[in-house]
Amino acid sequence: MMSDTSLLLQARGLHLCYGCHVAVENVSLELKRGEVLGLLGPNGAGKSSTMRMITGNIRPDSGKVSLCGIDLYDKPLQAKARLGYLPEVPPLYREMRVDDYLRFAAKLHGAKEIETAKQKCGLKEVGRRLIGSLSKGYQQRLGIAQAIVHDPEIVVLDEPTSGLDPNQIREIRALIREIGNSRGVILSTHILSEVESICDRVEILNHGKQVYSGKIEAKKGFIEAGFRNPPSIEEISGIEGIDKVEIGPGGLFLVHPRDGFDPTDTLIRFAQERNWGLQRINPASLEAFFAELTKEAP
Amino acid sequence: MIGVIARKEIRTLFDSPLAWIILAIFQVILAWIFLARLDAFLGVQARLQQLLNPPGVTEWIAAPLFSAAMMIFLMIIPLFTMRLVAEEVRNQTLTLLISAPISSSTIVLGKFLGLMTFLFCAMLLVLLMPLTLLLGGKLDFGLLASNFLGLLLASASFSALGLYVSSLTRYPFLAAAGGVGALLGLWAISFGTGKAGNVFHLVSPSAHFDNFNQGLINTGDIAYFLLFTFLFLTLSIWRLDRLK
Repeated sequence: MMSDTSLLLQARGLHLCYGCHVAVENVSLELKRGEVLGLLGPNGAGKSSTMRMITGNIRPDSGKVSLCGIDLYDKPLQAKARLGYLPEVPPLYREMRVDDYLRFAAKLHGAKEIETAKQKCGLKEVGRRLIGSLSKGYQQRLGIAQAIVHDPEIVVLDEPTSGLDPNQIREIRALIREIGNSRGVILSTHILSEVESICDRVEILNHGKQVYSGKIEAKKGFIEAGFRNPPSIEEISGIEGIDKVEIGPGGLFLVHPRDGFDPTDTLIRFAQERNWGLQRINPASLEAFFAELTKEAP
Repeated sequence: MIGVIARKEIRTLFDSPLAWIILAIFQVILAWIFLARLDAFLGVQARLQQLLNPPGVTEWIAAPLFSAAMMIFLMIIPLFTMRLVAEEVRNQTLTLLISAPISSSTIVLGKFLGLMTFLFCAMLLVLLMPLTLLLGGKLDFGLLASNFLGLLLASASFSALGLYVSSLTRYPFLAAAGGVGALLGLWAISFGTGKAGNVFHLVSPSAHFDNFNQGLINTGDIAYFLLFTFLFLTLSIWRLDRLK
């Protein structure tokens, strides 16, 4: 068995075109055991396409995917046995009952037991209900239950918290974190706080290309500042400990500090001395970072 | 694994009102034909006795009944097959099957066998009608078996074709219309083409079914229906592979 390897999923150089429109271009992913990887990007960035490729739902025009060391396109059945997938639209049969549906999903993967998944996703009290009569939140949770019912090594969730209320979102995030501790999870979202709260690593996609890949904390170092009388960029970037300055969304300055420096105090002192009229200064949010990475090319 | 999918399809069929309504109409029409043939038979029975080699009750009643059942199957089977793939593509539930560790052939065969089980139940209901005649007479079981086999093979080939058409579109009604159109076309293709044995008779299911209907069991006819079924099941599997 390959269970000793910590690399659960490896995708190399995925390319996908719909007609003449390039949906995904040269995307590579890696997922280790015990990790939650976030796929982030604006709508139409290629998140769902990427997920469909790594779950064997569409064949990429080029590129390779291996799950637990098994090539997805050479040995699809063995590879897919390690996989649980919640697509963007949960694949639910509206005319089936919740228990019957989960049992069917389990049997498709050669599993039998459904109680654990039902309990984890809070579906205990709706087992006899018809899926079509469930609320959007319950349908979404059933979609997640379907993806984890056979206890797969790799769980791929496409926007798992869409349609849920804040309490349910918290529960589902806790559940994803729990799965991520012993297995591997890839989730896509455009909710930035979701990424900040549960993902260990993030891949940011824009127009089908990977624009950032790595830890989130690494990008939290930079500072966002707003002034009433904004100075020139050169004036700020001249300050000691500052590597680079950019104008971010809303005319805010995005200040990249040099490694090991925290120029916040210096910035505040300069603003006071030179009368820039400091309005706000705070560690940059992921939002600012995201907006910068995914802005349209000028 | 084929059984898992087949069982799910059977449950879905029996859970849907459409299937019950179609089956009920099917049964009413056939019962009407059965009674009409029975009535006609009783009317001419005395005169038939005087013939040297009179047609039996099976030939007079059961054969037309099975012939009518084949025609009705030709029209209603596409209504059952239309959902098989098209609806799953439309509702995006096919993802569940494609992401599971099962092959396209398992999916196709599971769906096909599920529908065939359902149709087999409908065929048993057809068979029950002539069997009631045992209360008052004798039946030609050979002819009955040949008719039943013919209907079974014909419905298998109709189901395979319907399944394939269903995989070509995401609109179930388009799949039903396409399926009925294709089957009617194939059925009618042998009309007005002169003597049996030309190419149109070879490809038309009606000519092959007629032999079973008359009690002739030919390996050629069996092979025709089996090849027909095999061809469209294979095409469906390919098509499903392409959908990935």
